[in-house]
Amino acid sequence: MSTDKSGFETRPKGGNLLEIRDLRIYGFSNDVWHKIVKGVDLTVKRGEIVGLIGESGAGKSSLGLAAMGYAKPGCKIVGGQILFDGEDLVGCSEKRLRELRGNRIAYVAQSAAAAFNPAKRLIAQTIEAAVRKGVRSRAEAEADAVELYRQLQLPNPETIGYRYPHQVSGGQLQRIMTAMAMICKPDLIIFDEPTTALDVTTQVDVLASIRTLVERHNTAALYITHDLAVVAQMADRINVLRHGRTVEESTTEAMIGDPKEDYTKSLWAVRNLYKEPEERDDVLLRVKNLSASYGTHKVLHDINAEFPKGRTVCLVGESGSGKSTLARSIAGLLPPTEGSVVYGGKALPGTLEHRDRSLLKKIQFVHQIPDTALNPRHTVGEVLSRSLKLFKNLSGAALVDETVKLLGRIELDESFYDRLPSELSGGQKQRICIARALAADPELIICDEVTSALDQVVQEGILKLLGDLQRQYGVTYMFITHDINTVRAIADEVIVMKAGKVVDKGLKTEVLSPPYHPYTELLLSSVPEMETGWLSGLLKSRQSPNVQGGQQAF
Amino acid sequence: MTMTTKTDTSTVARKPFKPGRSRRSKALKALARAPLSAWFGMIVVGFYVTIALFAPQIAPYGEAQVFPEPFAPWSPEFVLGTDQLGRDVLTRLIYGARNTIGIAVLTTLLSFGIGVSLGLIATLFKGWIDQALSRSVDIVLSIPGLIFSLMLLAIFGSNVWSLIVIIAVLDSTNFYRLARTSGLSVASMEFIEAARLRGERFSWIVFREILPNILPPLIAEAGLRFCFVFLTISALSFLGVGIQPPTADWGSMVRENATLITYGDITPLLPAAAIGLLTVSVNFVVDWFLHKLSGLKNEH
Repeated sequence: MSTDKSGFETRPKGGNLLEIRDLRIYGFSNDVWHKIVKGVDLTVKRGEIVGLIGESGAGKSSLGLAAMGYAKPGCKIVGGQILFDGEDLVGCSEKRLRELRGNRIAYVAQSAAAAFNPAKRLIAQTIEAAVRKGVRSRAEAEADAVELYRQLQLPNPETIGYRYPHQVSGGQLQRIMTAMAMICKPDLIIFDEPTTALDVTTQVDVLASIRTLVERHNTAALYITHDLAVVAQMADRINVLRHGRTVEESTTEAMIGDPKEDYTKSLWAVRNLYKEPEERDDVLLRVKNLSASYGTHKVLHDINAEFPKGRTVCLVGESGSGKSTLARSIAGLLPPTEGSVVYGGKALPGTLEHRDRSLLKKIQFVHQIPDTALNPRHTVGEVLSRSLKLFKNLSGAALVDETVKLLGRIELDESFYDRLPSELSGGQKQRICIARALAADPELIICDEVTSALDQVVQEGILKLLGDLQRQYGVTYMFITHDINTVRAIADEVIVMKAGKVVDKGLKTEVLSPPYHPYTELLLSSVPEMETGWLSGLLKSRQSPNVQGGQQAF
Repeated sequence: MTMTTKTDTSTVARKPFKPGRSRRSKALKALARAPLSAWFGMIVVGFYVTIALFAPQIAPYGEAQVFPEPFAPWSPEFVLGTDQLGRDVLTRLIYGARNTIGIAVLTTLLSFGIGVSLGLIATLFKGWIDQALSRSVDIVLSIPGLIFSLMLLAIFGSNVWSLIVIIAVLDSTNFYRLARTSGLSVASMEFIEAARLRGERFSWIVFREILPNILPPLIAEAGLRFCFVFLTISALSFLGVGIQPPTADWGSMVRENATLITYGDITPLLPAAAIGLLTVSVNFVVDWFLHKLSGLKNEH
């Protein structure tokens, strides 16, 4: 067996490592069995990276776990074959599966923070599989782990393993989990959305180190994600999954260059949404020299901003830059310490208690995470009719009628009336939150990262809906986001914030074209592009200090 | 599991829309699917409640009616014999259900009310109000409950009302702590903020937004407390400071006839068995209820 320079053997490419044939998985929920995976064929060759993409609920995670012969509690594999190296994992004994898992097939979970044992040191968890399987002695395994940490470009590879999970960052933790998966030198690794929980700038580093490592060891991988641009950087071949079936499968180049199916094309859509920015006519709300603080900690410094009527203003900035705080100040949740918010010629009272209902009605707030913004014990009908009742004084049959109409405006039907939030998908929940805001016929809707917790296809739906509503009712949006594609899709004007200050503002076309503010530039260069060589290009340009940010999203 | 592959019901020929229908049918469905233990519990609890409600109609004799023959054996005339004063044991058992369960229900409701409202007040006002309430509760909790209630009963005299109030106040500390901790986590959720943003009144936020979310653990606690209450009452009655004669209650019935056990008569064990059966049944129901409300899924 040949070895590379760091002592790891290289494996020959070619030959089918994993062959899934006509796999069917059922899941049990709400007292009935649902079909989650409805007959999927999938092949992973040795040393090949196969990308698996699709929206949430498409069955990609179930398929990923099934590649290890595992079904989540409440799910069962009802038919088909999972051939790993010629051995059928369906109906394989638990003992045999245990021998394979961790040793020859490894798994990297989505949320590294939840997947690590907080009470044990990282290195002990990294080498656990190798030591337990008797592949390596403890000392050997630790040496291997340090080497892997080095290859994954973790800082201080010799000592980082002796920290606890809470002492390293999310991006580092995700890389350490990759090291954990690699420790037994498996033939196949399953990555289940390893970068979804990370922010854009960290994601780039993790992607790069994962790909380098996997390529170096010639490991086959199944890479699950909902982000096409990410998978374009990682995979040799892409399999698009929807409703438990394969929609389209081809090589990455073919998929990016020439998608065949409508659904696959729609996955590109959010990146192609573009709104022509319009000049302002009239200013609806003006923020004047506003400062705010949490306790003694000053978060906003002397903010000046205008929100033109019937337009969308995007607030862009890293986390902690004060975007949400500004939104909360305008909404009346956090009284400003200095300055004022002028609305319709008058300064708004700082606290909610001093704003009467007719004023509350005009400014509505849509939260970032719909799961916590909807009371889990209130049905959709209760949530919407409550707002209608308060703001429009409706009751009885008229109230029910109006609620159903409201559901129609967000493209849902009356069968949703009696559902609890737990019976809705993420996108549907966010639609309900938007409908709750619409119930008041507001003039300004503050959207606090409303699409960041959603899949791309769902995001597109929400953004289109918001655009349509603006055209129909002339609502003004204050839209907080850190995603440049969203800005491109919806904004008229952009405000860039950093450390509680406005650093750049103006029409979208002005802010997002050179000359950039340095932070705007960093943000733009970190968003994965839809071309296969983008990641390598970016890394090269960042490594050489002379070339800075050669990549641009626009 | 976050599957949302629901079949679309709107394509089926549908009746005019009326809200609430599917929720009710769901509740009925859940009831029909209740496990055997829950059904057993519900039937037993139902049986006890019926007996408690219709005690005067069901019982063959009066609650304090004395017959000339004490410690009579089981016979067609006295189905379960008579006690040390010549009162019919079956009759006393039936009236015991009424007194014991009645007092336990009242006590539990009262302590639920006190504990939960104080807990929510602490949650919403925080600051010194929370501190004052929580530290007082800590003081009460640091003294063993039975001894504390013996002491208070000695001070206020042993009658049914002081019994109810004293046990309720002592027990409310558990509700307080539970309501406060779960309330604190719910109060920080964004839907509370959303309610404030649409100008909801304080009472709506407390009763409609927070309370339904913290109810499942509180109901479970109430089920447990309910059992503890009549165990406490039985213990106090057994010690002689609980329910006073001639009112029938299961605890004192065990004590009064305890000597019979030495003669191999199981009659004194019957009230004890009644207590045991009710405790088990209530817990069965509460377990199932909690399981349904908290949305925990069975692991298949």
